[in-house]
Amino acid sequence: MENSLLSLIVWLPVLAGGALLFLDPARVGLARSFALLTALLAFALTLVAVAGFDAGTSAMQFEQKVVWIAAFDIHYHLGVDGLSLPLIALTALTTLLVVIAGFGIEDRPGQYLGAFLILSGLMSGMFAALDAMLFYVFFEAMLVPMFLIIGIWGGPNRIFATIKFFLFTFFGSVFMLVALIWLYLESGSFAVADLHAAPLSLNAQIWVFLAFLIAFAVKVPMWPVHTWLPDAHVEAPTGGSVVLAAVMLKIGGYGLVRYSLPIAPDGAAALDWLVIGLSLVAIVYIGFVALAQTDMKKLIAYSSISHMGFVTLGLFLVFAIVRNTGVTDGAVLGMSGAMVQMISHGFISGAMFLAVGVLYDRVHSREISAYGGVANTMPWFAMFAVFFFMANSGLPGTSGFVGEFMVILAAFKANVWFAVAAAMTLILGASYSLWLVKRVFYGEVANDNVASLSDLNAREWTVMVVLALFTLGLGLWPYPLIEMMEPSVAHLVDHVTTSKIP
Amino acid sequence: MDIKTTLLLIPLLPLAGSAIAGLLRHQVGRSGAHWITILAVAGSFLLSASVALQVFSGDWQVLNYTVYEWAVLDGIRFQVGFLIDSLTALMMMVVTFVSLMVHIYTVGYMKDDPGYQRFFAYINLFTFAMLMLVMANNFLQLFFGWEAVGLVSYLLIGFWFKKESAVRANLKAFLVNRGGDFGLLLGVAAVLMYMGSLDYAEVFAAAPAVAGQTMTVFGGSEWSVMTFICICLFIGAMGKSAQVPLHVWLPDSMEGPTPISALIHAATMVTAGIFMVARMSPLYELSTTALSFILIIGSITALFMGLVGIVQNDIKRVVAYSTLSQLGYMTVALGASAYSIAIFHLMTHAFFKALLFLGAGSVIIAMHHKQDMREMGGLAKIMPITAITAWVGSLALIGFPFTSGFYSKDLIIEATKLVDRPGAGFAVFAVYAGVVITALYTFRMLYLTFHGKSRADAETLSHAHESPWVVTIPLILLAIPSLVIGYLTVEPLLFGGALTDAIRVLPANDPLPHLAEHFHGPAAFALHGFITPVFGLAMLGVAVATYIYLFNPRLAETLKSRFHGIWTVLDRKYGFDEFYQKVVVGGGLAIARVLSQVGDRTVIDNGLVHGSARLVGALSSRLRTVQTGFLYHYAFAMIIGLVALVFAFVLLRG
Repeated sequence: MENSLLSLIVWLPVLAGGALLFLDPARVGLARSFALLTALLAFALTLVAVAGFDAGTSAMQFEQKVVWIAAFDIHYHLGVDGLSLPLIALTALTTLLVVIAGFGIEDRPGQYLGAFLILSGLMSGMFAALDAMLFYVFFEAMLVPMFLIIGIWGGPNRIFATIKFFLFTFFGSVFMLVALIWLYLESGSFAVADLHAAPLSLNAQIWVFLAFLIAFAVKVPMWPVHTWLPDAHVEAPTGGSVVLAAVMLKIGGYGLVRYSLPIAPDGAAALDWLVIGLSLVAIVYIGFVALAQTDMKKLIAYSSISHMGFVTLGLFLVFAIVRNTGVTDGAVLGMSGAMVQMISHGFISGAMFLAVGVLYDRVHSREISAYGGVANTMPWFAMFAVFFFMANSGLPGTSGFVGEFMVILAAFKANVWFAVAAAMTLILGASYSLWLVKRVFYGEVANDNVASLSDLNAREWTVMVVLALFTLGLGLWPYPLIEMMEPSVAHLVDHVTTSKIP
Repeated sequence: MDIKTTLLLIPLLPLAGSAIAGLLRHQVGRSGAHWITILAVAGSFLLSASVALQVFSGDWQVLNYTVYEWAVLDGIRFQVGFLIDSLTALMMMVVTFVSLMVHIYTVGYMKDDPGYQRFFAYINLFTFAMLMLVMANNFLQLFFGWEAVGLVSYLLIGFWFKKESAVRANLKAFLVNRGGDFGLLLGVAAVLMYMGSLDYAEVFAAAPAVAGQTMTVFGGSEWSVMTFICICLFIGAMGKSAQVPLHVWLPDSMEGPTPISALIHAATMVTAGIFMVARMSPLYELSTTALSFILIIGSITALFMGLVGIVQNDIKRVVAYSTLSQLGYMTVALGASAYSIAIFHLMTHAFFKALLFLGAGSVIIAMHHKQDMREMGGLAKIMPITAITAWVGSLALIGFPFTSGFYSKDLIIEATKLVDRPGAGFAVFAVYAGVVITALYTFRMLYLTFHGKSRADAETLSHAHESPWVVTIPLILLAIPSLVIGYLTVEPLLFGGALTDAIRVLPANDPLPHLAEHFHGPAAFALHGFITPVFGLAMLGVAVATYIYLFNPRLAETLKSRFHGIWTVLDRKYGFDEFYQKVVVGGGLAIARVLSQVGDRTVIDNGLVHGSARLVGALSSRLRTVQTGFLYHYAFAMIIGLVALVFAFVLLRG
């Protein structure tokens, strides 16, 4: 099985980014064009993968498998299915936009752009890894560039935020490592497919599930291990926030579908109440917390946590649906909704953080109270911002609606009250999103800073238009994405509803 | 042209117009923007008319088809598609005609506004969204249209976004509507769960089988599934069609420019809830409980919102409360299983209420954007066309025989009298009392604005004149249907069975056969209307208004101080706004602050996170300092090592 397309997607940006790290800092123009070219090429490669992808099967595609560490039967094994390929495409797209937006960075631009390229390759590798050890290596390695991005280009309190971020994630992943090693000792393999197939007692599954849950819950992040995210966002530079929200948060959700659910389905069935409960807390509780924020980035960070609640909710509805109705109808709907929500949140949260960046670059404040009446001086920017915040509040016709709608419909099949709690987002999401819009964009020009604002430049226009088109496209016609994911999701539903207890 | 192309063009023309006028606003300029959008909506109107002619010609087969598949998974087809039957055709006509009138009117009303192009882009976009809503053949598209009109309503209420009151009102409107949508979405979820589809035709076919099923909602209590679905969907309608207690956004929506008050907040968008319930008549017929609920909510709205209209001084707010009250009438009709009469009143109301709003706008232009009727009076001499058309609209509103409003309102009252379900007694009282109240506030408004001595200051008065033709032509074009549309259409629409392909009523519930027994043509019906108690009640209202506001203006003040308690209750609109502000908004924000401060910061962060960090820190402070010192080196070493390791490996073995 030889196909190096995925390897190219993973290593091209890593190598190019590595080269940029050592580039002469004076050669800014070269660094920018080189980074842009790499990002474009990487994105084009993911489009090649999407175009060549067979949406009719749940099997892994573009596989590449080579022995890596023979002693432990560890392989360099990459491959994608309908669950991972969209996330890889999202990674490449986000990186491209962040590189374009990062042209404005003055401090060590080559290293800045290089770090993002490396990060992008490592994240793609993580999504494509089909060997648990390889996955783990990527999972940990990508912390480093993100750590540097926040630690070097971040705000005044960046050291605190990076350490908090690092410790939280590291704390979680230790449990995952222990679980993986235990699984290896039990099954004799690190191959994801083998782990999926390995029979495990219920007790073992519960422990494995909990270990994975800790690792992935921190990444998602789920309540109550979410507090690193607002701090990290506040200190991160705009590009860091964009990648963090648009891609890195998806790693938790991806881990749940690739590892937790299929490796320990009976454990997941036994503990689904816990995940569902935490998800609903995220949607409602965090929705309220977002309402109380005075810092735009914190508000969007909390909004992200609340939206991620739909991901974890949608993924774990399957067992409750079977218990309530006796059949799995609705489970694919919920899980697909969760996957769509991940992609959609990538567009929308990325756009919102970029929007905050647009304001921050001009006024150097993230405080809502520092603004007011921005629509007077930046009418085009206001149009985009209203659009993205409306999308964030789940407006039909935008991608923000699709996943939430599907998850709420599926949640109703599991339990009326799940749906009632989840549907609270209609009110809460609109409240914090549109209240921010009112305070920042509407009203009379609030102060001299706002009065002197100039509307979007060409670079900012490009980024906003691209994200708006994706947000609108996915909202008006989610068919292709859902078609691409459906066989894999359906296969996963079959897999998790079949007991693995020997 | 192929019928499907025609149907596709009807919503897409205004969508394209909106995109051009909005995104290319500098390129097309002001006149470009209004020409493009007016032509788009005019095209849409003409095509709708051609479709309506075919639909009402008699040999139309209901057209129900998919335009494109939105998503297919888990055995469910989510689609965008059209259902073209008599109800859709009627709504398309109403929407595009009123929209066209409002577009033309806007050329005059907004001519000095810097946001001219943006306004035309919004109202064109609204027309698209409303058409998508009424043409939908499934719940997904209904929800799309539902929220899209809500979005445009939000944008238009806040059109003058520098005004604090406007941006408060638009946020309020959107959030209150989201409260309704919360119910609507749960209703849609229940429909999918129990009927296995979101396609109207499939849902209606599956409904009878679901009628007997129950579900557990609270503890052990069993709910009829159909009642749950119908009440949830109706909660959505209560938001959009501004029924008590979700009505509070509509009066505040008057902060938006007057043309949109006419188009969105009187004629079309606010009637979406009425339309939706009528569209769902095959479901509602299966739940008497839900119909009773609707009947009571409608009665409360019709009666109590009308009362508030009597004490308003802002001319637009009088019309707004009148709209609330009339929407209540339509809701009563729905609750009485008289869906087609509700739709009939929706249509007549669209014409005469759009007329009244645009008339009020014409007055507001003349008064230099003053809206307080206490500073008006005697304008009939200055602006005769506005005054005459306002009289026409007012007569239709109070249900004067032969006008369009007479037919629809009288039939609602007659249908309500036939109802035999809980709440019927109160409903009959409310619709009768509403007649007096309607006549009272309507004529109060007419007299205060157009008659008696002028109370305007000399400066304003010297500049006041009749509005330009772009304003008066729409008034005249709306006055004509306000007068005659009832007379012309009552017989075919209601008694000729024109709407029976869309609206399905159980024979036992159907009031129309009973009403038909006493209906001998529109002329005879209207003549008989002069000798009914309803007419007497209307004349009572008119007489009181005439005595007080035309002949004895001081009496109003006397009455106000004599009945100060009642006046205060009405003036404060029963305290709904205070309740929402203090309890819902205040409570919500208090919860938000407590969860943020105590929950996130104190308990989780300072307690759990930093607590364990301190614990670890105390144990290994040395290690921590070492780590911090070598942070960057460590990180770079790790990344470079990793790259080298994996890449070298792939090269060697790959």
